[in-house]
Amino acid sequence: MSVKTEITDGKITAYLSGEIDHHNAGPIRNEIDNALEKNHPEELVLDFSEVSFMDSSGIGLVMGRYKLLKELGGRLIIRNAPPAIKKVMKLAGIDLLATIF
Amino acid sequence: MEIENEIRIVFPAKSCNEAMARMTAAVVASQLDPSAAEIIDIKTAVSEAVTNCIVHAYKDDIGKIEMTCRILKGSIFYIKIKDSGCGIQDIKKAMEPLFTTAPDEERAGLGFAVMESFMDSVRVTGGPGKGTCVVMKKRILPRTYRQAGCERNGSDNANERTEQ
Repeated sequence: MSVKTEITDGKITAYLSGEIDHHNAGPIRNEIDNALEKNHPEELVLDFSEVSFMDSSGIGLVMGRYKLLKELGGRLIIRNAPPAIKKVMKLAGIDLLATIF
Repeated sequence: MEIENEIRIVFPAKSCNEAMARMTAAVVASQLDPSAAEIIDIKTAVSEAVTNCIVHAYKDDIGKIEMTCRILKGSIFYIKIKDSGCGIQDIKKAMEPLFTTAPDEERAGLGFAVMESFMDSVRVTGGPGKGTCVVMKKRILPRTYRQAGCERNGSDNANERTEQ
C-alpha cells in the first residue's frame, strides 16, 4: 500500500495504491493529513485507480478526511474508484458526502 | 449440511494477518470457481470479521483467532471466524449500521452491515466474556449460470470473472 500526493494551486491529489484495510489505513491517513494541514487546499482528490481492495476501514479513512476538509473549508472528490470499491462507498453513503467520479 | 472440504487456521490477532486471512478464504472459495466479484465480496466480509476481532475483541491484548473455511454441498462457501475476546454486550445493537464503540479510531461502524450485504447469511453468537463467533455463508453460482447472464447480488459486472 502506498500513497503519493501531488500538490497544485489549491488542490491536493492523493494517488492511493494497493489494499486499504485496518492494517494500513493509519499510514495513509497520516500522509494525507500532513499534506492537508500544511497546504489547506480547497479540494482534495482521492484517486483510487490503483486500489485493488478496500474494506470499511477505507470508509473510515474517507469519512475522516471529509470531516477534516469540512473544518478547513475544502471539498472532497473521489476519482477512479473500481466497481467493488464504489459498492462499499455507496453502502456507507459516501456518495452523499463527496463527489464520486 | 454435507462438508466437502474444510480448512482451519489459528493465528494471532495482529493487523498484519488481516490480508492473510482474506487471501486464505479466497483461495479456499476458489475451489467453487467463483466470479471475481464473488471473490471480492468474500474477501471484504472476511476482512471485516477479522478486523472486528483485532479492534474490538482483543483491544487490550493479542489473542487467537480461529478461522474455519468449508465447502458445503450445493456450491456453498462457509466461513467461521471465532475469537475468545471480550465478547459483545448487545449483538443486535452492534449489528446496527454506523454503531461503533471506537469512533476515535475512525471506525465507520459498518463491519456487520458490509458482511450482511456481501454474504447470503451472517450469524453472530457469543456474549460478554464468552468471545464472539461469526458464521457466514455464500452460495457460489455455477459458471454455466453466470454465462447465461444470471449474475446476482455482488456481481457488478457480468464480465468480471476468475479465469483459471
